[in-house]
Amino acid sequence: MAEKTLRGAFPLSTRKISARIGIAPIIAAVVLLIIILIAIFAPLVAPHDPLLQNPIERLKPPSSDHLLGTDNYGRDLFSRVVYGARVSLVIGIGVTILSVVIGLAVGLVSGFFRTADAVIMRIMDGLMAMPSVLLAIAIVSLVGASIWTVMAAITIPEIPRVVRLVRSVVLTAREEPYVEAAIALGTSMPRVLWRHLMPNTFAPLTVQATYVCASAILTEAILSFLGAGVSTETPTWGNIMAEARVFFQLKPSLILWPGLALSLCILSINLLGDAARDVLDPRMGKRED
Amino acid sequence: MPVLMVEDLHVAVDSKAELEVVHGITIEINAGETVCLVGESGSGKSVSSLATMGLLPKGSLKVTKGRILLDGENLLDLSPSQLRDRRATRMSMIFQEPMTALNPVIKVGEQIEEVLQAHTKLSNAETHAKVMDMLEQVGLPDIERIARSYPHQLSGGQRQRIMIAMALVLEPRLLIADEPTTALDVTTQKQILKLIKELQEKHGTAVLFITHDMGVVAEIADRVYVMNQGDLVESGEVKQILSSPRQDYTRRLLSSVPSLVPRASRPVIRKKLALQVTELNKVYGGGGFLSKAKTTHAAREVSFNLTAGRTLGIVGESGSGKSTVARCVMRMIDPTSGGIRVGGQEISGLTRKGLHPFRKRLQMVFQDPYRSLNPRLTIEESIIEGPVNYGTPPKEARARAGELLELVGLPASAAKRYPHMFSGGQRQRIAIARALAMEPELLVADEAVSALDVSVQSQVLELLTEIQERTGIAILFITHDLRVAAQICDEVAVMRRGEVVEIGETADVLGNPQHEYTQALLSAAPGRDWDFANFRPVAA
Repeated sequence: MAEKTLRGAFPLSTRKISARIGIAPIIAAVVLLIIILIAIFAPLVAPHDPLLQNPIERLKPPSSDHLLGTDNYGRDLFSRVVYGARVSLVIGIGVTILSVVIGLAVGLVSGFFRTADAVIMRIMDGLMAMPSVLLAIAIVSLVGASIWTVMAAITIPEIPRVVRLVRSVVLTAREEPYVEAAIALGTSMPRVLWRHLMPNTFAPLTVQATYVCASAILTEAILSFLGAGVSTETPTWGNIMAEARVFFQLKPSLILWPGLALSLCILSINLLGDAARDVLDPRMGKRED
Repeated sequence: MPVLMVEDLHVAVDSKAELEVVHGITIEINAGETVCLVGESGSGKSVSSLATMGLLPKGSLKVTKGRILLDGENLLDLSPSQLRDRRATRMSMIFQEPMTALNPVIKVGEQIEEVLQAHTKLSNAETHAKVMDMLEQVGLPDIERIARSYPHQLSGGQRQRIMIAMALVLEPRLLIADEPTTALDVTTQKQILKLIKELQEKHGTAVLFITHDMGVVAEIADRVYVMNQGDLVESGEVKQILSSPRQDYTRRLLSSVPSLVPRASRPVIRKKLALQVTELNKVYGGGGFLSKAKTTHAAREVSFNLTAGRTLGIVGESGSGKSTVARCVMRMIDPTSGGIRVGGQEISGLTRKGLHPFRKRLQMVFQDPYRSLNPRLTIEESIIEGPVNYGTPPKEARARAGELLELVGLPASAAKRYPHMFSGGQRQRIAIARALAMEPELLVADEAVSALDVSVQSQVLELLTEIQERTGIAILFITHDLRVAAQICDEVAVMRRGEVVEIGETADVLGNPQHEYTQALLSAAPGRDWDFANFRPVAA
């Protein structure tokens, strides 16, 4: 069933796809793949324990032992940046899955049932009004910081964006004669939603998911930087930069390297998202003039 | 010298030159002459006209060979900016859909002025005067107000008049009209055709009129070019083409045009009432909690009966409420008041759950075969959906789907394919097979053949009649096309502004109309004086 509903959501052949998107997304995919592999095999890639403090080696410049030098506690910066990828990717992927699954379900119901729609959309407006950073600080101050609270805090404001997207697709698709035909054939409402309406949302959702992922990674870094994120015992790109803030003038590379990793990761995801949009929605692609 | 001379024009798909869509056509149009380019969808008639205007979509189609001479000047040799200039001053085009061809956020008067400002050096006052004069010429009332209106504030007919004014304001030598009346009601169509004719006589414009409608051809053409699959099949004086076509294709095309002379109603064999609609009302809009919103009475006191094995047509122009009635009968929308009885059972008040057993007994075929089948399901999956919903084992339903496909004239092996692999006519057959899979007592066909070419249309109509004879199904046939209604319906109800103004046996209603509106509809039907199938004028 899943295979059947997926088919047709992605209408182009591989040859046409490569012709339309060019080289940038391919580089982006490679970069992202490298980041993912580094995150998965962090213990093998990192030469040192990212938490091991070594006061004698404080703030050392890059050397053969410490590729990117060390921080103010003498911890190996390269190892910390490598481990930081783990948190970023887990948060990025986790938030994406959570917000897409919840948003899809709520959006389908909201788009199809007019009575539910009015209530759901007002709740979504409310959720959307909460800035994720403030929400995260509030949640963290209530229940303490962990990867889960950070994830929840970032997911909540993302859900309404997904809901709105799914709802708009369903609102258009439900007017299609084939949906009316299905109703005339006695198909039950849940089945109409599942079989005839949901597949229409896959293409736009794929695009939206990449943006959600990039924005989640960025928000996590901001939260860590502000000290409202994952505790400093776990290295993340955000909290490495936060700790380095004091030593910025002395040793700018402490901020440069995690910042660069963060930028590369988000840029790659966004480029992939743009490519997905061009492939799935030809109207948004480049004009051929 | 002819105004337009198209010589040996070849158009091919840009990326692969061997894929030609127009194979060397030659067309000639003189000043003051109306030439019709007719053909079914995919015949290349629109592509030819776009090529003439230099408007072929870049990167997908291009002219590979031939010359297009406008007053002796080869348009294919011109630079884009020269061509842009010729497009406004020497030739212009009007399109099928007047809503999308006008800019929705600019007042229509300004849109016409823009054309003048871009191509002439008239002063503001002169420009304004010229626009007003043009609006007057295209027969618009209250021209000062119309000029200040936005497109959405005007009716379809008025918008098309604006398009014509815009096209003719620079007095071009050539006017290309691509299906300009297809989206309009017959009465409006009649006025627009008359207007084009009048303006043409006044200004001596050469008109290339593209249409699929033989009625329109009989009405307006001086000469006719018939196209089929990118080839020019036949050309000649309109009288000669209509009365003694030389080619088989033209012959077939003409004989597919349904006659306006109603066929004899079939005798009532079955006494069983399939559908009984009594005093049906549907009101849209209405008061909210605090406000008193405007209401629209889309159906007013509509009553009719339909017995098994017979076809009742509901005809009328857009906005007459015919589709509202169909959708109420299908319970796609809830009627405001009135009764709908299917096989003696009242269904108008039933809830969604209560309706479930009755859904099986009424099925619908929709207008647009490109949208009525889910593109992501194989046609077999679409056909068995209904029976499986009502408990038929999938295996049995699949076997039945194969039989049904054969019944509608498609191979059973087509079952595993997707809708996009079929033509419009084939898809409509599939939609009919899907409806029949439920073994309904009533089939509601809402403009079911309107999107199809005449030759395909006649096949689908034959199929419906054949199925009806075999199964005794009752058909409620909604159409705006009186020709179709005359050929398939036993009884006809004529609707106007939500009301049934005349109802009775087809032969009576269309043969001897009593109500003035029915008479107006019939007299507006294009080509009513010509008996296409027999290649002669209708005997008086």
